[in-house]
Amino acid sequence: MTLLTHDDSVAPAGGGDASSLLEPTSGRRGDSVFKIVALAAGLVVLGILALIAISTTREAWPAFQQEGFGFITSSTWVPADGKFGALAFIYGTILSSFIALVLAVPVSLGIALYANEAAPRRLRKPVVYVMDLLAAIPSVVYGLWGIIVLAPAIQPVYKAISGAVGDIPVLGWFFNGDSGRSYMTAGIILAIMITPIITSLSREVIATVPSAQREAAYGMGATRWEMIRAAVLPWSRGGIVGSVMLGLGRAMGETIAVALVIGSQSQITAHLFEAGDSMAAVIVNQFGEASGIHRSALIGLGVVLFGVTIIVNVSARGIVSRFDRRSQGA
Amino acid sequence: MTDLISPDVEQLLFDATTSRSRRIKNRLASIWMLGALVVAVIPLALVIGYVLFKGIGQLSVAWFTEDLPAVTRKAGGGMGPAVVGTLLITLGAAVMAIPLGILGAIYLHEYGAKGRTARLIRFMADVMTGVPSIVMGLFVYTVWTLTFGLNGFGGSLALGCLMLPIIIRTTEEMLRLVPDELRQASYALGNRKWRTITTVVLPASFGGITSGVMIAIARAAGETAPLVFTIGAARNLNLNIFEGPMTALSVQIFGNAQTPFDAAQSRAWGAALTLVAIVFAMTILARVVSSMVARRHAA
Repeated sequence: MTLLTHDDSVAPAGGGDASSLLEPTSGRRGDSVFKIVALAAGLVVLGILALIAISTTREAWPAFQQEGFGFITSSTWVPADGKFGALAFIYGTILSSFIALVLAVPVSLGIALYANEAAPRRLRKPVVYVMDLLAAIPSVVYGLWGIIVLAPAIQPVYKAISGAVGDIPVLGWFFNGDSGRSYMTAGIILAIMITPIITSLSREVIATVPSAQREAAYGMGATRWEMIRAAVLPWSRGGIVGSVMLGLGRAMGETIAVALVIGSQSQITAHLFEAGDSMAAVIVNQFGEASGIHRSALIGLGVVLFGVTIIVNVSARGIVSRFDRRSQGA
Repeated sequence: MTDLISPDVEQLLFDATTSRSRRIKNRLASIWMLGALVVAVIPLALVIGYVLFKGIGQLSVAWFTEDLPAVTRKAGGGMGPAVVGTLLITLGAAVMAIPLGILGAIYLHEYGAKGRTARLIRFMADVMTGVPSIVMGLFVYTVWTLTFGLNGFGGSLALGCLMLPIIIRTTEEMLRLVPDELRQASYALGNRKWRTITTVVLPASFGGITSGVMIAIARAAGETAPLVFTIGAARNLNLNIFEGPMTALSVQIFGNAQTPFDAAQSRAWGAALTLVAIVFAMTILARVVSSMVARRHAA
């Protein structure tokens, strides 16, 4: 509660509370009540976050206690035998999100640069509009499209690729398998979903590049690409990294679309075209029929997911805000 | 392609002097940027196209009024309870999250400003936007469903938790756009701070706040994961969000998509079309509201 006392020393934003000078006594209560109500509303955020951490950890405790560190280092997940090692799911979460980033980052950056630097003025708004629509489609709809349309359609492609490169070392380790529902399909669907997020965040960052820098680069005879490399990218690098990490956080937490297309197999393999499973997908697929320690292990997966996404988000926000301060200071 | 890329300085001035390799690199970069847009538009067009063509055949009066069929693998029945469920659960979430979010934003911008408490809340609100929706579902399961059972209100709580940080952050941005002169003028007339906020600042930013709130509602309406453990499963219409299981469009899509039966899959496409229509309508309305307000300010 030391937080509250700090707050009293804060100057109001509205350029000084002149009214308190004019009317020293009447109506003062209204002001302080309003302030306290507003503060309480703000503190709800902190309360919810704390409550999430406490209540989910408490429910997951029996599973954590039984498995210890094995919960995240073992890959044996057999609910019938009471064995709960989540490593395969952690692996699946990381691998599918990583595929999504590899696919989404070049596309998102390209669109962001196009919308801010290369598109004719009349096309800039429509581009943003399309990205908004892409972001507005619910994830379950992407999942529906992924499981019914994309997975069967892309399976022969996987088969052809793994047939062509399956015997070549390195390439053959990764581009192997022929399951329509697989890490790769999950990665593709996730990439479609995080592209608008990364695009709109990095577009905001790119928009803060001072036009004087652009003009200076053009003034020295740079082409547009040279201008982007010399003026735009160095300036916005921190913010772009931050927005990519926020996209990563979203990809790791995405549940429904992944649950539909990843194939639900508990295994660790480098073969991108084989079925796997992710933490969020396991939770939603198994929760209905789970009880007792199995249920608490699934909530435990949620705790791990919560922890990982908090770390990713806090570091992303840290990078973005450090970048913000620098660009304001310059 | 020249219509889609704004003219480059290189093309205007330096065609003769810029070396060939520099021009090629520049051209390749333009192709990348435009190609990226095309790559992103293809899935959008495919998804919307499939949802429209596969879903439109399902829509009828019965679709919106009848209960879900008892046997999912056979055709027939409607999606009425799910449509009503989505609307009621989202409404419940909005009723909780909108006042809290706007008040929280008022604290952040009008009272806390750059103070330590406000900075902490702002940062945590940002972090909270990144909490996966399934974690919100598990959270509500542990604090609400375990005690009060499966009902629509659990879903509303989970969706409200997802909406809250979005509303706080967008509302704060909108409050920031209100010129300080307005506040000072109100103080000069002898208004107290809370009167200034409620009668001057909030009306001035009404359009922007409305549009932010609608985006948050649209986002919440499409969520599935937080509802799966909290609202249960129902086949019949349930108008009471505090009592008994409900269902929602997103949950129906998820359930039906996993079945191999044609009738169930068609039902999933129909539900997807209904959901996408609701979400797009809100998103577009939000855009219209914000551009109307922007025009009024410009005039």
